[in-house]
Amino acid sequence: MNAEWRWDFTYQILPKMLWATLNTIMAAGIGYAIAVLVGMLFLVGQRTPYKIINIIVREIVEFIRSTPLLIQLFFVYFVGPQFGIILSAWVTAMITIGLHFGTYLSEVYRGALEGVPKSQLEACRALNFTTLYTYRRIILPQAFPIAIPGMGNYLVGIFKDTPLLSTIGVAELFHAATAVGGEHYRYLEPYTMVGVIFLVLSIPAAIGIRKLERSVNKAQGKVKN
Amino acid sequence: MSYFSFLVEHGSTLLLGTVTTIKVLICATILYVIISIIFGLMRVSNNSFTQGVATAYIEFFRGTSLMVQLFWFYYVLPFFGLSLEAFTSGVVAIGLNFGAYGAEIVRGGILAVPKGQWEGAYALNFSPAKRMRKIIIPQIFPIILPPAANLTVELLKATALVALVTVVDLTFEAKQINSITWLSAQCFGTALLIYYIISRFFLVPFLRWLEVLAARKVGKEKI
Repeated sequence: MNAEWRWDFTYQILPKMLWATLNTIMAAGIGYAIAVLVGMLFLVGQRTPYKIINIIVREIVEFIRSTPLLIQLFFVYFVGPQFGIILSAWVTAMITIGLHFGTYLSEVYRGALEGVPKSQLEACRALNFTTLYTYRRIILPQAFPIAIPGMGNYLVGIFKDTPLLSTIGVAELFHAATAVGGEHYRYLEPYTMVGVIFLVLSIPAAIGIRKLERSVNKAQGKVKN
Repeated sequence: MSYFSFLVEHGSTLLLGTVTTIKVLICATILYVIISIIFGLMRVSNNSFTQGVATAYIEFFRGTSLMVQLFWFYYVLPFFGLSLEAFTSGVVAIGLNFGAYGAEIVRGGILAVPKGQWEGAYALNFSPAKRMRKIIIPQIFPIILPPAANLTVELLKATALVALVTVVDLTFEAKQINSITWLSAQCFGTALLIYYIISRFFLVPFLRWLEVLAARKVGKEKI
C-alpha cells in the first residue's frame, strides 16, 4: 500500500460522492424537521397539569438522552421485524434521529421559555389575557430568539451524526465512501473526501449560527464581547 | 426464551463488553481533558501563531464528524505506515474530537473569570504564568465543570462508535449476540439499559460530586 494521493481516482469518484452528499443533506433536513416537532411534544409532555405524566415523560427524555444513538438505531431497526413491523432503513433513521434529537431540542425550548422573565407572565395574568393569547403574543415571540442558537447547533449536530445511518444501510455520504473504498480497496481518498465535504459544509453553517447568535443578542440588548 | 434465561446465557458476555466500554470511557476522558486544557490555554494566548494553531485544530475536529475521524484513524493511517490498534485508534479519535469541544469550554471558562481577578494579579505584578496558575486556573473549575459534565456524558455515548472499528465493547457484543440469536429486543434493550445505568447512576453522580467539590473550593456553596 502506498500513501500517494491519486487525483485521477479522486475525480473518478467525485460525482458519486457529491450525489451521496445530497442524500446526507436530505437525511439531516428531514430528521431535523421531525426533531423540531418531537421536541415540542416532549416539552408539552413535561408541562402538563398532571404530575405523573410529567415525571414519566421526563424519565423517557432522560433515557433517550443518555443512551447512544447507534444502539437506538439498531434497536428500532432490528426489533420491529421481531414483532412483525418492518421499517425501511430510511424510515428507521428518520424516526430515531427525530426522537433522539427531539429530546435535546425540548431542553433548548425549556431553556428558552425559562429565559423569558417571569414578570411577563405575571403582567399577562394581571391584564387577564387568556393562556393561548399570552403564549402566542407575549411569551413565544420572546422565547424564540433565545432558542435560535441552540436550535442551530443541533442542526449541525444532526448533520455530523448522519454517518451513523450508514450502519443500517442508508445510502448517504459515508456509506458511499465505504462502498467505493471497498470496491477499489483504496480508503485514503474516499474517507478524506468525506472529511473535506463535512468541513466545507459545517464550517460556514457554524459561522452563520454564530452571526445569528450575535445579532439575536444585540436585538435583545445583551451585547457579548 | 424468557428474558431471565437470556441474561443467564449472555449476561457475562455483555458484562465483558461493558468493562471494555468503561476502559474506553476512562482512557478517552483522560486524553480529552489533557487536550482541552492545552488547546484551551493556547486559544487565549497572545501569540497569534499559537492561537491560530489552536483555532485550526478546534475548527477541524469540530467540523468533521467523529465517525469520519474514527474511520480515518483506523483505515487510512495504515496507508502512511502507521497502524494503530483498534482500541488505540478509538481512544485517540474520541479524545481528539472531544478535546476540541473541551478546549472551547476551557477558553470560555478562562474568559468568564471576573475582570477584577485579572486586574488584581496585574496590580500585584504576577508573571503571566504565575497569574494563570495561581489565580485564574483555580477559579475556572466551578465555571467549566457543568458544561464539561454534559460533554463527558456525550463521550460515554460516543464510545459506542468504537464498535464499528472492531473494538469488542458493549455495542459490539450486543450486535454479535443479535446476529447469533436474533433476539434483538433483548440484546439491544439490555445494552441500552446498561448505558443508561452507567450514565445515570455512576457517571452523572460522580460529575455532580466534582462540581460540588469545585464550588466549595472557591467558597461558593452549591447544593
